[in-house]
Amino acid sequence: MFPMLRQIFRTGIVSEPAPDADETLRATTQRLSEVMLRQLGRALVIRQIDAGSCNACEQEIHALSNPYYNLEALGIKFTASPRHADLLLVTGPVAKNMEIALKRAYDATPEPKLVVAVGDCGCTGGIFGESYACCGRIANVIPVDVSIPGCPPTPLQLMQGILAAIVPEAMQEEKV
Amino acid sequence: MKLLNQTIDFEALDNPAVTSYAARVNAGELLTFCAAARKAKRPLVALWGSDERDRGEGFGFALHTALDLSEGLVCLTLPLAAENPSFPDLAPIYPVANRMQRAVMDTIGAMPEGDADRRPWLRHANWPADFWPLRNDAKDAQFEAQNEDYAFVRVEGDGVHEIAVGPIHAGIIEPGHFRFSVTGESVLRLEQRLGWTHKGIERRFKGMGLSDGARLAGRVSGDSTVAYAWAYAQAAEAIGAVTPPPRALWLRALLLERERIINHLGDLGYLGNDVALAFGLMQFMRLKEDWVRENARLFGHRFMMDRIVPGGVSVDIDEDGKRAIAAQCDVLEGELHALKDIYDDHAGLQDRFLTTGRITPQLAETLGVIGLAGRASGQCWDLRCNHPCAPYDQLQPHMQLEHNGDVAARALVRFGEVKASLDLVRKILREMPDGDIRSEVRSDANKRGFGWIEGWRGDIFVALETGSDGKIRRCHCHDPSWQIWPALEHAIIDNIVPDFPLINKSFNLSYAGPDL
Ligand code: SF4
Repeated sequence: MFPMLRQIFRTGIVSEPAPDADETLRATTQRLSEVMLRQLGRALVIRQIDAGSCNACEQEIHALSNPYYNLEALGIKFTASPRHADLLLVTGPVAKNMEIALKRAYDATPEPKLVVAVGDCGCTGGIFGESYACCGRIANVIPVDVSIPGCPPTPLQLMQGILAAIVPEAMQEEKV
Repeated sequence: MKLLNQTIDFEALDNPAVTSYAARVNAGELLTFCAAARKAKRPLVALWGSDERDRGEGFGFALHTALDLSEGLVCLTLPLAAENPSFPDLAPIYPVANRMQRAVMDTIGAMPEGDADRRPWLRHANWPADFWPLRNDAKDAQFEAQNEDYAFVRVEGDGVHEIAVGPIHAGIIEPGHFRFSVTGESVLRLEQRLGWTHKGIERRFKGMGLSDGARLAGRVSGDSTVAYAWAYAQAAEAIGAVTPPPRALWLRALLLERERIINHLGDLGYLGNDVALAFGLMQFMRLKEDWVRENARLFGHRFMMDRIVPGGVSVDIDEDGKRAIAAQCDVLEGELHALKDIYDDHAGLQDRFLTTGRITPQLAETLGVIGLAGRASGQCWDLRCNHPCAPYDQLQPHMQLEHNGDVAARALVRFGEVKASLDLVRKILREMPDGDIRSEVRSDANKRGFGWIEGWRGDIFVALETGSDGKIRRCHCHDPSWQIWPALEHAIIDNIVPDFPLINKSFNLSYAGPDL
C-alpha cells in the first residue's frame, strides 16, 4: 500500500483546465432547447461507437480519461449501454458490416440524443471513402450534430467538439 | 535455389530489406512444402489471393503463401483456374490458415477444397455472394445491408447456454462478435466472428500511386501505424530499387520503438484496470500521454502517422530533441521500476493474473501463435532478432521470453519489452549516423516487393505489386492478429466469463488490421 500512496503523492495532480467549446464544429443548429441544456449542465453520458475506424481515433478517446484531460471531472462519463447515453461519439467511416449495428445503437439511445462524428473518416469518409464495404461518413447513416475533423483529432479537439454539442449557443459568451 | 530439401527451385528476389525467395508451384508442391515447413516448425506468415486474368490467355487467379524460414521469407504462388478457381486446404497443416482462406474466398472467389471451412469471413451478407471485390471485373457498387445468420458451432448438453457479445462492445474498443457457450460461470467454448470493420482497403489500394498507398497502409491499424508504414515502405523501396539513407533507417527504428513503448504502456494500464486497480490505469495512461505528447512536439503527430515514407522518413531530430528523448527514457525507466514493483507485490492483481487465460508453449506451437503472445508462451518469434533488417542487425535486441503463457506472462513480456526498447532508444540516440533522411522513390512497372516488420503485436507483412502503369496493382497488408486471434478462443476455455475482458486485454489484438 505504501509504495502506491507514495507514487500517488509523488505524481500530484496533473489535470489541466478544459478547453472552451468550439462552435465551428457544429453541423446543425442546436437541437436541444436552452432550458434543457441548462438543466443538463455538463452532466453528460457518452456511448462511444467504433463504426469502422482504424483504432487511432479510439486511442485519442481513451486519452480523454487520462489524468491530464480528466474528462470525468467535467461531469462527462462513458457508458457501456446506448440506453443510458445522451450522446453517441462515433468514429470511423461506417463499415457496411457495421451499418445495421450503428442504426440499432442509435435507435436504442433515448431521445433527446446527440451524435458527434469523430475524425476525418467520421466527417467525410476520409481515406476509405464509399465503396461496396464502406458507407462513408457517419451522417450517411445517422443524423450528426457535431463533426470533429482530424486524423485522429487530438484529445483537446475532441473535448471542444463534445462541449460544443452540449452548450447552447447563448451560453457561449459566458464561458463554460 | 533449394529450401528445406525440397525439389522446388526458388528464385532469390532483389528485395534489400527482406531476404526473400519466390517460386511458382503446383498444388502438390504447395502441400508438400508447407508440410515440410511445418515439420521444421516454421510459421505461416500470410496467405492471400490475386486476379491474374488480365495478364493474358491462360491466366486465371493465384494463391500466394508466405512462410517464415530460417533463410528468410518464402513466397509460394499457386496459379488457379480462371473458371471456378479452387485451392488445396492448408488448414490441416497450418490451422491459422482457416480464416485467411475464407478471406481469399470472399475477396476473389477461389474456394478451399475438401473439408475446408467455407463459411464467409469478411462478407457478412452485406454484399452478394457472387460479388468478389478483388476481381478486376468487379464494378464499384453499393448494396443493401442485410442481417446475417452466421453458422456458429453449437455446444449442446445439460445447462449449456450461449452468451452473445458484440459487435459493439461495452468499452471503447473495436467491434467484433464473441459467442460464448457456458455452463454456470465457466466457458466451454468461444467462437469469434470478426470482419465488422472491413472497409475494402485492398480494393482501395488499386490504382493508387506509391505515396498515396503509404498513407493508406499507415491507416490499416492506427495503433501500429509506424510498423505498417515501415513494412509498406520496404515493399515500395524494393519496387523502386532504392535503399533509404542509413540515418533514415535509424530514425525509423526510433519511431518504431517509441510506438512499441507507447502501446505497451497503455496495455499495462488497462490490465491493471481490468483487475480493479484503477491506480495502474491512471499511472500508465499518464506515462503514455507524456510519450505521445513528445511525439507531437518532436515529430509533429501524436502517433507519428505518415512520418515513415517510401524512401526514408519525413522528420529528423536535432541534438536538443535527442537530449529530450534521453531524459524522457530515464524518467520512464524510474517510473516503470516503481510501478512494476507495485504490480509484483499486489496480491489481488497477481491472483487474477496468474494462471488466467493460459496458452501452454505446446499449445502455442500447435496453434502457430506468433508475436508478443507467442513470446509469452515460449515461442521465439521476433523479426528484430530472427531476421533483423537494418539497423536491428547492429542494435541486436534481446528477445523477451516467458513460458507460463498466462495473463501474468503477457504482462511480464510487456514490462520486459518496454525496458528493452528504452535501451534500444538510447543506443539509437548514441549511434545514429548523420546524413540524409530520404531518397527519392520512383515507381517501376510490373514489379513486386515485400515488407516485413516486427510491430508491437507481432510481425506485419506487406506484399505490394505494381501494374504496367506503375500504379498499385495489388497490395496485401497482413496483421499478426490473424494468427493470434484463434489462440484467444483456446485461452478462455475453462476460465470464468468475468475473466474474459482481462484475458482479451492481455492479448489486445487488432480488429481493423485483419478486417482490412
Ligand atoms: S480519422 Fe484517421 S485516425 Fe481516425 S479512423 Fe480515420 S484514419 Fe483512423
